[in-house]
Amino acid sequence: MFDYEQYFRREMMPHIWCKGCGNGVILKALLRAIHRLDLSKDQIAMVSGIGCSSRLTGYVDCNTLHTTHGRALAFATGLKLARPEVTVIVITGDGDGLAIGGNHLIHAARRNIDLTCLLFNNQIYGMTGGQVSPTTPEELFSTTSPYGNIEAHFDPCRLVEGAGGTFVARGTAFRTIPLEKLIAEGIQHKGFSFIEILTTCPEIHGRRNKLGTPAEMLQALAKTTLPTGVLRKTSAPEYTEVCEGIIARAQGRG
Amino acid sequence: MQGTVRLMQGNQACAHAAIAAGCTFFAGYPITPSSEIAEELARLLPRMGGKFIQMEDEIAAMAACIGASIGGHKVLTATSGPGFSLKQENLGFAVYTEIPCVVVNVMRGGPSTGLPTSPAQGDVMQARWGTHGDHPMVVLAPASVREIYDLTIQAFNLSELCRTPVILLYDEVIGHMREKTEVPDPSQFKIIDRKQSTSSPDAYLPYKGDEDDVPAFVRFGEGYRYHITGLAHDERGFPTQNPRVVEAKQRRLHRKVEQRREEIVAHEAFLLDDAEIAIFAYGVTARSARAAIRTARKEGIRVGLFRPISLWPFPDLELEKLAGQVKAIVVAEMNLGQLIYEVDRVVHGQTRIVAYQKASGEPVHPEEILTAVREHR
Repeated sequence: MFDYEQYFRREMMPHIWCKGCGNGVILKALLRAIHRLDLSKDQIAMVSGIGCSSRLTGYVDCNTLHTTHGRALAFATGLKLARPEVTVIVITGDGDGLAIGGNHLIHAARRNIDLTCLLFNNQIYGMTGGQVSPTTPEELFSTTSPYGNIEAHFDPCRLVEGAGGTFVARGTAFRTIPLEKLIAEGIQHKGFSFIEILTTCPEIHGRRNKLGTPAEMLQALAKTTLPTGVLRKTSAPEYTEVCEGIIARAQGRG
Repeated sequence: MQGTVRLMQGNQACAHAAIAAGCTFFAGYPITPSSEIAEELARLLPRMGGKFIQMEDEIAAMAACIGASIGGHKVLTATSGPGFSLKQENLGFAVYTEIPCVVVNVMRGGPSTGLPTSPAQGDVMQARWGTHGDHPMVVLAPASVREIYDLTIQAFNLSELCRTPVILLYDEVIGHMREKTEVPDPSQFKIIDRKQSTSSPDAYLPYKGDEDDVPAFVRFGEGYRYHITGLAHDERGFPTQNPRVVEAKQRRLHRKVEQRREEIVAHEAFLLDDAEIAIFAYGVTARSARAAIRTARKEGIRVGLFRPISLWPFPDLELEKLAGQVKAIVVAEMNLGQLIYEVDRVVHGQTRIVAYQKASGEPVHPEEILTAVREHR
C-alpha cells in the first residue's frame, strides 16, 4: 500500500474538493510519480494559479506557491530561471491555463524551459460556480451558457505542439497507472513538458448536464476519442541551460 | 574612495544602480519610455552572472520577478503607464506574500496609450493605490540622474528590509535626460539583504513577524518546505478566514512600513529657512521650481522648495511644520490634481494652497511657476 501521508500536509485537510471530483485521483498519481522518481520533497517546487486544481499546492509538503489567476507559468518561469536545480511542477486548469493564462502557456512552450505543467481539464470553472470554459464542449450548459455553449472548444495539446512544446502528453483521471507514468516521464523530460489530464467535475458540471454519476463520468473518460499517451517528444536546447551559456559568453568563458 | 564622473542617462543610471544594489534578476517587457533599463540590464546582468528575461507581457514580467525573488534573487522590473496598470494585480500579490521586489514606473502622458514619449506625473495615486485591497506602499521619486542612482539602491534596501515591493517613480524627462553624474563608489553606500531565518525547518513560521514586524525569509529549495499564497494566510502561510488572524496580518503589513518611517520618509528643503512662500514639487517639476526660485530670490521674493523624495509614505510631519511658517504653498504638478490633496490634508487650513497644474505632455516651465509665485507673494 503506497504511503500517501508522507507527502501530505495533514493540517491542511480536509481538502476543498467535492465528493466524486477527479482531482484527488490525479494528485495521488502525481505523488506516486514523484516517489517513483525518488525526488526529495525539498527539491520540488509546485506552482499553481487559481481554481479548484490550483488548490493542490496547499496540500503537498513541498515548496509550494499558489499564485494569481492564470499566471502560474510566469511565476514558475522566474523561479526556475533563478533556481535551475529545483524541480518545478506547475498545476493549472482549463480556465486558469487556457483562458486567462493562455499566453503564458504558449511562451513557456516556445522557450522550452524545464517546467512540468499539469493541466487539469474538467471542462468548467468549478470554483467560481460552473461557468463556461475554453474546453466546455459545444452546446453543454453552464451558468454562463444557459442556452448551451456557443463557442468552439479547443485542443490544448495541439496548441502546445504548435508553440514548440518538446513533450506533449494526454492522460485521464480514469487510467491512473498510465497517468502516473506520463507524469514521471514529463518530470524527467529536459525542457517544457505539458500533460493535459482529462478529469471530471460531477458536482458543478456533471449534474447540470446530466452526465451521470461520478463513477460513470470517470468511466466516460476512458472512451475519449482524443489521442492519449505521449503525443510528441523531441529535444531542443533547454532555456535555463541556454541562459547559463549566455552568462559564460558574456563573462568571456564561453 | 571617490566615485567616477560620467555622462549618464536616467534610465541607464537606474540599471547600473540596480547592479550595484545586488540585483541579479530582471524580467521586463518593452515599453517607452522605460525600455533603456531593460536594454542596459540585458547587456550588464549576464556579465555579473545575473539573469535577464524578456517576458511575453507585463503581467508575466511582474510574476517572473516574484518567482525569482522567492528563489532568493534581488529582482527588478521596469515599465511605464499601461504596463504599470498591467502589473498591479501581481504587485499586490508581492505585498501580501511579502516578497521583495523593485518596480520602476517611468511616467508618460495618459490615460490609456496617451503620450508614450512625453512626461507626466499622473501615476502618483496609482502608485499608492493601484493594486486592489488595503495595503501599504513605498514610493520614491528621484529628480536627477544621480538621485535615480541613489534611490534605486535605496529602493532595493527598503524592499529587502521591509519585505515589500518598492516603486521608483519618475517622469520621462528624468528618465531620458543625460547629465554629468558622479557615480558613487560602493564604499559610499550600504547594501541591505533580506533577513534570513535562523530557526530550524520544523520551527519555521514563514509569516510570523519578528519584533520589527518583518518575517524572516528562506528561499525555496533549502529544506524549509512552506506554502506561499495570495489568499489570506496565517503565520504558517496556510489559507485562513479566521477574522483575528486576517486582521493581525493586515495590521502587521502596515505596521512594518509605518515603524520604519524615519528610514523611509525623505524630503529636500531648498531655501526654506526664511521663505514666506513654498513651492511643493517633485520630479522634473522640482527642477523647474528651483530655477524659478533663483529668479524670484533676485527679485526679493522669499521663496523656497519643499520636494518630497518619498511620495509614499508621505512626509506629513515635515510638511506640517512648514505649513505654520509660510503664507502660501504653490503645488506644481504635471496632472490636474493628485498630490495636492495630500498637501491639503496635511496643511489642514493652516496656510493657503495654490495649484499650478499642467497636463499638456510638456514639462512645467520655470517661468510658469515664477508667475504663480509672483501672483501670490
